[in-house]
Amino acid sequence: MTAMASRNPSAATDHPVVAMAKVNKHFGALHVLKDINLSISKGEVVVVIGPSGSGKSTLCRTINRLEAIDSGEIRVDAQLLPEEGKELANLRADVGMVFQSFNLFAHKTILQNVTLGPIKVRKLPKSEADYLGRDLLRRVGIEDQSDKFPAQLSGGQQQRVAIARALAMKPKVMLFDEPTSALDPEMVNEVLDVMVDLAKQGMTMVVVTHEMGFARKAADRVVFMSDGQIVEENTPDEFFTNPQSQRAKDFLSKILQH
Amino acid sequence: MAELFASYDILGAFWVTILITFWSAVGAMVLGTIAAIMRVSPVRPLQIAASAYIEGVRNSPLTLVVFFFFFALYQLMGMTLVAPSARSSTHAFLWGVVAMAVYHSAFVAEALQSGINTVPTGQAEAARAIGLDFTQSLREVILPQALRGAVSPLGSTMIALTKNTTVLATIGVAEASDVMRTMIEFRPDLLYVIFLIMAFGFVVLTLPMGMAFTALSKRLVVRR
Ligand SMILES: Nc1ncnc2c1ncn2[C@@H]1O[C@H](COP(=O)(O)OP(=O)(O)O)[C@@H](O)[C@H]1O
Ligand SMILES: [Mg+2]
Repeated sequence: MTAMASRNPSAATDHPVVAMAKVNKHFGALHVLKDINLSISKGEVVVVIGPSGSGKSTLCRTINRLEAIDSGEIRVDAQLLPEEGKELANLRADVGMVFQSFNLFAHKTILQNVTLGPIKVRKLPKSEADYLGRDLLRRVGIEDQSDKFPAQLSGGQQQRVAIARALAMKPKVMLFDEPTSALDPEMVNEVLDVMVDLAKQGMTMVVVTHEMGFARKAADRVVFMSDGQIVEENTPDEFFTNPQSQRAKDFLSKILQH
Repeated sequence: MAELFASYDILGAFWVTILITFWSAVGAMVLGTIAAIMRVSPVRPLQIAASAYIEGVRNSPLTLVVFFFFFALYQLMGMTLVAPSARSSTHAFLWGVVAMAVYHSAFVAEALQSGINTVPTGQAEAARAIGLDFTQSLREVILPQALRGAVSPLGSTMIALTKNTTVLATIGVAEASDVMRTMIEFRPDLLYVIFLIMAFGFVVLTLPMGMAFTALSKRLVVRR
């Protein structure tokens, strides 16, 4: 938390960007989120880590209500998540999301992928949206591919486009659900580098990832999940060198083996 | 053969077939798209209504659907689509088109839905995640990709529709098979020629359709 405070000395906002309180979620009989309390301040980078099936993706997806919750409440920028409808669409526009499988619009060019939201949701004129889109594509290093289709790009390039597409909405917070897990190893860093830059520029981020290098370099806080619960929260250094719970110790010993 | 063309309005009858096909196809596309959208909408009552419509229509014989509109609604209940004083062939034509459109809309809806099923769920999630609402997601992301997947089954539906126009002879629409029946009645000696003309006429209509749909589906294929 100190890292956040030093990076945002004037973070005078009195409310967190994301606030989850006593959130519960079931898939049928399966209790996937158990009394989750999580608060994320402006500019904070939170890494969510934990074994497969522990509910990390579900947690991420409840924040923009791609998954509805059963009880508890979630606020984004102090606003309670609305029911499905126009209001929810507006809120989703303020929450960027990057998926493990990129999910670029397969029938649209790279530039159109980035400008669709600004044009249709933010109502930007096409020329302005194109300008913004090219600028973002330049920032993620793919400006020369803007007229190609997603399938013509490598995985790493596609994921960087997906980040640019989310940024084009000027989101208040960015959610990343294992953004590098589907990538060939040699492409992982090109995506992580973009994310580290974003973190440095003060973007509020929730990142589900097992990339410890990223967590150490960019995260203010690590949240460890297991069986639908937040078991432990700490600074990256503390968490990786001195985990408190047995479950965290077991998990770390497993991922450190390879 | 020239004799047949001179005594019977074969070309005129095929023109009626083309008109029925065209207007029924337009109607079936509109109704079918609406039904498919209702079925994938998040609103439960709309889903149920659309499913009932699609399954009900799809499992009824075409003749039954045609008779329902022409005999039940028009002749029995006196419902008309134009002024009642219009020629009876006009009434038959219009109700025939309505019946054809309704019947084939169920197959259009199925084709579209199979196209929608080819679009990975991640596409819809990404669309929602950038703030598109249901209609925008559908229009900008889902349907354009679904249409590509639906082109082949839509092609089959349109070819079936063309051939199914012959059912309208039962309510007295003067389309191709109607003139065929008349010719067979009066010129049984030319039976084989009549059959050949008819078969040839339908092949001329449906073969280019099939080729066009195949070409379209090749051109529109989405690379993933
Ligand atoms: N749509 C769903 N329907 C049913 N079960 C689901 C669904 N999504 C996830 N689950 C289950 O919920 C649990 C948590 O999943 P997830 O949040 O994806 O975990 P993680 O991302 O940590 O691997 C898993 O047991 C998974 O099988
Ligand atoms: Mg996951």
